[in-house]
Amino acid sequence: MSSRMLRVLAGTAVLGVLAAGCGSQGGDAGAGASGGEKITLSLNLFGNMGFKELYAEYEAAHPNIKIVERTSAYNDHHRNLAAHLATKQGAADIEGIDTGFIAQFRGQPQHFTDLNQHGAAALKDRWLPWKWEASLAKTGAQIGYGTDVGGLAMCYRRDLFEKAGLPTDRDEVSKLWPDWTSYFEAGKKYTANKPEGAAFFDGAPQVFNAMVGQMPVGYYDTSDQVIVASNPELRKAYDQVLEAVAGGQSAKLVGSSPAWNTGFAKSQFATIACPAWMLAKIQDQGKEFAGQWDVAAIPGGGGNWGGAYLTVPAQSKHPKEAVELISWLTAPEQQIKVFTKHGILPSTVATYDKPEVKKLTHEFFNDAPIGEIFTTAALNLKPQYQGPRAGDIQTAIRDGMNRVEEGKQSADEAWAQILKDIDRIDK
Amino acid sequence: MTSVTTRPRRRLAYTLDVKGSPYIYIAPFFLLFGALGLFPLLYTAYVSMTDWNLLETTRQWVGFENYAELLTDDYFWNALFNTVSIWLLSTIPQLLVALVVAHMLNRSLRARTFFRMGVLLPNITSIVAVTIIFAQLFGRDFGMVNWAIQLVGLDPIDWQAGTLSSHIAISMIVIWRWTGYNALIYLAAMQAVPDHLYEAATIDGAGQWTQFWKITIPMLRPTIIFTAVVSTIGGFQIIAEPLLFQSGTGNPTGGSDRQFQTVGLYLYEQGFGLYEFGYASAIAWTLCLIIVVMALVNFSITRRIKSG
Repeated sequence: MSSRMLRVLAGTAVLGVLAAGCGSQGGDAGAGASGGEKITLSLNLFGNMGFKELYAEYEAAHPNIKIVERTSAYNDHHRNLAAHLATKQGAADIEGIDTGFIAQFRGQPQHFTDLNQHGAAALKDRWLPWKWEASLAKTGAQIGYGTDVGGLAMCYRRDLFEKAGLPTDRDEVSKLWPDWTSYFEAGKKYTANKPEGAAFFDGAPQVFNAMVGQMPVGYYDTSDQVIVASNPELRKAYDQVLEAVAGGQSAKLVGSSPAWNTGFAKSQFATIACPAWMLAKIQDQGKEFAGQWDVAAIPGGGGNWGGAYLTVPAQSKHPKEAVELISWLTAPEQQIKVFTKHGILPSTVATYDKPEVKKLTHEFFNDAPIGEIFTTAALNLKPQYQGPRAGDIQTAIRDGMNRVEEGKQSADEAWAQILKDIDRIDK
Repeated sequence: MTSVTTRPRRRLAYTLDVKGSPYIYIAPFFLLFGALGLFPLLYTAYVSMTDWNLLETTRQWVGFENYAELLTDDYFWNALFNTVSIWLLSTIPQLLVALVVAHMLNRSLRARTFFRMGVLLPNITSIVAVTIIFAQLFGRDFGMVNWAIQLVGLDPIDWQAGTLSSHIAISMIVIWRWTGYNALIYLAAMQAVPDHLYEAATIDGAGQWTQFWKITIPMLRPTIIFTAVVSTIGGFQIIAEPLLFQSGTGNPTGGSDRQFQTVGLYLYEQGFGLYEFGYASAIAWTLCLIIVVMALVNFSITRRIKSG
């Protein structure tokens, strides 16, 4: 065995010991909880979920509760959680889970506290129906309460549209693409007169994901069978996107890569499917484009990209207190605070009518009514069943589409390899 | 008479002290090695004989099935090819350049210590930072390397997309980071070469170059063996560079067609991406055996360097 592997294993062992140490500390604190002693509730999250200010408020109302939040990087967080659940050791009282991983963890409901046993049914109407269903296990157990969603819109550059002879007003732009076919038609018109170096969209897989998200059935049927090969809608969308790539509409940038970040600053694309949380990123990557970016509706009308859940692992020593905390954090009153302070879009429908949410506009994006645009997209999205390995399947398809964009394979060759890769994932 | 009774006891204590205490002194290392080295090694061997996915509750004994599967796994062979290719592309130039650099540092230079410490700087910089910067340099649209290539009038290269081009780019990172380190090791060995050999050679009329090949290289033989073996071990374990070269996407597939996925990265994908711990452990053990074999081959090749 390589010494690197040894180090990885050693590191894991050490982490396990440390985590176990933390866990037992929590246990000690909880032993005398009935006597009014302090209970420490730990939260393991990824990135900033905007809860920091709320903890103090909760602690003030519950003097016996102390809240400790730990954050780590997105991938590390979910990998650690999987390991902690499997070894039944080291998980926090509350663990955040991203939409991209929820289907995988939902497949192991035995590792989580069933919130339905703690009065979840009475709260069900708080959330968007698809948000609620995505964390519902086959056994009927509810493993998590939804925090935020991404919604989905189509951000576009007014200046580039104008140069290419397309309308710039956001309502007219939204009318330009009621569905994806008309979006690619608009792309054709744009490409015919496009400004030098600025393609129509950022990269094929990103557009494809937005399209798949709107389909009634995606990669899985409801019995967890992978149906990528037999779902004609998928292949149709795949061909549609790659045809647009062949027509020069794509900037061929891999999503989330450094080159993609540079693409914002260098104006390499005129449109990008953007969830609410991406607005901050677009702004950061190119401050000089204030007022040039605008937000139109997503083709097809509804969509979501991203969002998270709060769960209580079964190994928590204080399931009751932990469930109380997550149901408080995800309540509409708190979610409005998170939204107004951090711009993180809630998954709680009840907040969508509130003027703070509905009337919100964004100066950088030419005063676009982002509150209305994103809540409409979230409301219009029809629930789609997500299977356990949907994320890995998405990666296989992304790689395949990148191969076509890089000119290494034809669409057919890439598709054949995608199906082979998915067979391996699904075996 | 008292001395008769006490002497054997004292002698026993003395013997124990002399023969026994060294073991106590070295015990901490072996205890640590046992806990953090040997145990994981053996446990990984056990895990590699099971079908264990972290997401499933079952864990089955499958014997050598994982290894059998590995031998027919195209992606494993692809990863092995990539590993060997990147290793050759990085190690050979790296050691040759290190020899030359060490030779130059061994002369009487102005600010010698500054330069000697300077060559080690790349090695102590963060691998994450270095790789991300190199990924930018080798960027497709706005990379500096492509900019330079276009100045010369050539077509820009999509470095990440191609097999050879991505291997070259990753090798550059390795070369940049490790050349100085090896140069310092060679330098240390060069300083141990007795001066009178060079003096005698100079008197006999041998030039700089001849002295380098006929004296320095042979005298450095054990060091060259050492660096070759260490570079082999390091080169076959390479994982951070190819992982971060594809940075931001968070997926350890090593490019859209796995064109720069190394064995270490494939292990990581199977173990910590897909949670196939059994299969990943089999990859780990196979990789270990490959490294042992390659290190032995390397040892037998480099020891043929004529010793002075």
